[in-house]
Amino acid sequence: MNLEIILFVIFSAIAVVSSVLMVTRRNAIMSALFLILNFGALSGLYLTLHAQFIAVVQVIVYAGAIMVLFLFVIMLLRPADDKGLLEEHPKMKWFAIGIGVFIFLQLAFVILFSSTVGSIVQAPNNIEIGTIQSIGKELYTKYLIPFEAAAFLLLAAAIGAIVLAKKKFN
Amino acid sequence: MGILEIIIITFVKILIIVTMMLLSVSYLVYFERKISAWTQNRVGPNRVGYAGLLQPFADVFKLLLKEDIVPDAANKPIHTLAPIMALVIAFGTYAVIPIGPAVELFGYNIQLVVADVNIGILYVLALTSIGVYAITFSGWSSGSKYSLLGGVRSSAQMISYEISMGFSVAGVLLFSESLRPLDIVASQSGWMWNAIVQPIGFITFVVSAFAETNRLPFDLPEAEPELVGGYHTEYSSMKFAAFFLAEYANMIIASALIVTLYLGGWQVPYIEMAGLSAGLTALIQVGAFFVKMGALLFFFIWVRWSLPRFRYDQLMSLGWKVMFPLSLVNLIWVAVLVMLFN
Repeated sequence: MNLEIILFVIFSAIAVVSSVLMVTRRNAIMSALFLILNFGALSGLYLTLHAQFIAVVQVIVYAGAIMVLFLFVIMLLRPADDKGLLEEHPKMKWFAIGIGVFIFLQLAFVILFSSTVGSIVQAPNNIEIGTIQSIGKELYTKYLIPFEAAAFLLLAAAIGAIVLAKKKFN
Repeated sequence: MGILEIIIITFVKILIIVTMMLLSVSYLVYFERKISAWTQNRVGPNRVGYAGLLQPFADVFKLLLKEDIVPDAANKPIHTLAPIMALVIAFGTYAVIPIGPAVELFGYNIQLVVADVNIGILYVLALTSIGVYAITFSGWSSGSKYSLLGGVRSSAQMISYEISMGFSVAGVLLFSESLRPLDIVASQSGWMWNAIVQPIGFITFVVSAFAETNRLPFDLPEAEPELVGGYHTEYSSMKFAAFFLAEYANMIIASALIVTLYLGGWQVPYIEMAGLSAGLTALIQVGAFFVKMGALLFFFIWVRWSLPRFRYDQLMSLGWKVMFPLSLVNLIWVAVLVMLFN
């Protein structure tokens, strides 16, 4: 067993356990905590695939920025406790089960019948591939138009958010 | 070098860094009290040991012996996790900061940095963005409104100032063309310090560093008259000490980062012309790093005891309407410089 496999087993075990715990917790804050742990394990998995830049950005963007917003919403708006919510709307349980079964079947179908079954996708051996230099080069040459389009969309979204948040304009 | 030797060398480096950090954190607290005493024309701690030099140890023992009180309304696992997170993150950041050039020791070529990562600066930014959690969780899990308010304020402040901090760092990165701390230090040879090349970025970074470390004039998260102490109101004993230590550790990290990014790291301008032996040069350079860091730490403390606190809305408008545009101006300035002289 080489180091890469050991690390993969450790990180994937953390990822699986933390995502199960995330779904089963009653307390929304605890769920958020386990989701953060899951993001951390995921970034470790990226590291074993030589994607250092993606790994760090995963922590900065998902664990560092998006989850902070989630936490703020949970802490400050304090959603009505979910036990009461379920008692008020008993049909919601069946709705949730339906969605769960649907997604499970979809995943099972992809895993069992997809064309890549049986072939092991090898991680790129070249350690240079995940560096910030090579990603930057790709982004500004080959993928320039999608990159600029994404930037434009984000700008539009930011302006929209400001307009919605601001009540009065003079 | 075999894998075993690498592990042993790294382990020794970690041991040295952690011991150094713990010692310097406790003495930083001592100096904070001494300097505040000088500022206010008092004597300061002078009872324990010569000139009060053993005061930090007395403080730690006092805190260790106190009873650890956890409030009834607290969420216990998170309440315990928060101070641990604060300390781990503060100490973990130091792993990528180089304190000196590569040296020959016992036949090995050793870099004076725990982990020579080629995305080192991003690693620092990632850890600072995680650091918000320690404070948010401690504020929320205490189950007290003062703590929650302190936690929310602090996270809002950290998120706001992280942006101008990131943009100031982008200026440095444009200049050094690398995210590796060793390359950033190397790009500032001679007098080409980033503080001189891009003074606006230097100022915005230092101000953001003050806000990130929750130091006065930006210590709104723990404003005593309004919040009783902020996010750590409900903490006692060693858990409180952990937050206290983390705050000072963050100050040390901030100074080390400012030295690395803007003040030429461990470099002494034109020392290679003095014709000294390699070992002596390295020693002087490591010394220079600590002298620069010490001066910055003194500046941190000096500012704390000289300036009054901002109001919360002033803090936010300073962050978004002054610091953020200034850091953008700096980025453009550096881009123009790089374009003209490359």
